[in-house]
Amino acid sequence: MNTQVTLSGWTLDNPVIPASGTFGYGYEFSEWYDINILGTFSFKGTTLEARFGNPTPRIAEAPCGMLNAVGLQNPGVQAVVREELPKLKKVFRKKVIANVSGFSVDEYARTCAILDREEQVGLLEVNISCPNVHGGGMAFGSSPEMAAKVTEAVKAATKKPVYMKLSPNAADIAEVARACEEAGADGVCLINTLLGMRIDPRTRRPILANTFGGLSGPCVLPVALRMVWQVYEAVNIPIIGMGGVASAADVLEMMLAGATAVEVGAANLKNPYACRDIVRALPAEMARCGVENLTDIIGGAHHG
Amino acid sequence: MKKGLFTVMENASIAERTLRMTLAGDASAIVRAGQFVNVEIEGLYLRRPISVCDWEAGRVVLVYKVVGAGTQKLASLRPGAALDLLTGLGNGFDAGASGARPLLVGGGVGAPPLYGLAKRLMAAGRQVTAALGFGSAREAILVDELRALGAEVRVATMDGSMGTKGLVTDLFPALGTPTYFYACGPEKMLAAVERALPCDGEMSYEERMGCGFGACVGCTCQTKSGPRRVCKDGPVFKKGEVLS
Repeated sequence: MNTQVTLSGWTLDNPVIPASGTFGYGYEFSEWYDINILGTFSFKGTTLEARFGNPTPRIAEAPCGMLNAVGLQNPGVQAVVREELPKLKKVFRKKVIANVSGFSVDEYARTCAILDREEQVGLLEVNISCPNVHGGGMAFGSSPEMAAKVTEAVKAATKKPVYMKLSPNAADIAEVARACEEAGADGVCLINTLLGMRIDPRTRRPILANTFGGLSGPCVLPVALRMVWQVYEAVNIPIIGMGGVASAADVLEMMLAGATAVEVGAANLKNPYACRDIVRALPAEMARCGVENLTDIIGGAHHG
Repeated sequence: MKKGLFTVMENASIAERTLRMTLAGDASAIVRAGQFVNVEIEGLYLRRPISVCDWEAGRVVLVYKVVGAGTQKLASLRPGAALDLLTGLGNGFDAGASGARPLLVGGGVGAPPLYGLAKRLMAAGRQVTAALGFGSAREAILVDELRALGAEVRVATMDGSMGTKGLVTDLFPALGTPTYFYACGPEKMLAAVERALPCDGEMSYEERMGCGFGACVGCTCQTKSGPRRVCKDGPVFKKGEVLS
């Protein structure tokens, strides 16, 4: 039985990848288990300058999921390179996915250029879909033209594979994916969170200080599967699929829709062992579904 | 930090909308008063963080107020029910900093973690005073229990139905000067306590949390030394550390 998958020449032991923003810079989870069993993981969204993020409350309950409006809190790319990556190296011997956000095309490119020099970084996941910051993130992922501009600028700044992380809040996610592919993207990641909100009936005010936040968790899985399916039909580059994945069965489903690898987000926050449990359960789930080689089923649901 | 299954041994009402839940299970990850557990509740996605009132080998006591859907569900559990808990979360109080005569200041359901702290301070031979503030006598909790430990307990209620009428800070002038203070309660109370007491101390904060163990940075507060996670770097911060 073979659980290996390959992203732009980088072979992972398995397709299970904790998603950015739910796994910190990794070492928090090494207090729970040996994180080297993971395919890899995507570190906390990083920007050129340090950011506090949004005011609290930033978290709210949702039916079968949660809302977050953290707003890209991070210490800035220089501090990540200087402090977080060396700390990570002590507990994780594999390469990592660097998740990058920005507020201008130039900022994306400069942040990626700094991370390009880091040998620990396997690929760049360029977030053009953060719903929780104004004048950044999602603004770049909402239009194919802007997405292409960011892709071109980042590609010129790095030799590492560039995967664009797409927003489900765009009018046509497949069109944005196509624009990224044409601009030279090596892959795409989807979906980021869906924009939502909650209101407290007692205070009659929105629960999140930011009013809106990103919805994630099992409730978004069918939406994510549908969008991975649509993007798989639209592009020829690899897809990292995510959105509500919480079990080995969900991983297979996401791969059948067209994903080469799969990220797991909210589940890590509810159960710190979520990804470890999925990695352990994957071989038995493959056997149950008659899968010998995991790569054989990528996009499998599209072919009769 | 540990994840484990606990069994509800007792889940009884002790004051208005306030319950005491005793759980049996592995409590070995809890090492300091002021730490918390994150409780998985059937039908809800996010765990609910609740401070530890007291603990010993194989046993955890939580005192909680019913404020929303999560605690409502928790209140409906009967003895024998199973709960999945993350235990040993947060930094907890630094009992070693107390000096000879520490003052414990609790507001409403901020009082529970101070009970576990008082127990350990008394065992270490400290002379403990507790100042507790509640809305009314109906909401008062842990007053008798703290007295039973041997602590001197003063109470203030907003409506005057128990102890002094007024805020918990109104009790301070009659208390003499403590060597150190520990406070837990609403943020407004913490700010008032910080202003009113000249001695050093530490305070436990509350925030809506995603994970409870430092991964999602949902509960960040701004401090003198930069952004800090209430769940992992706190919930206890030294006096003057947290910027409002």
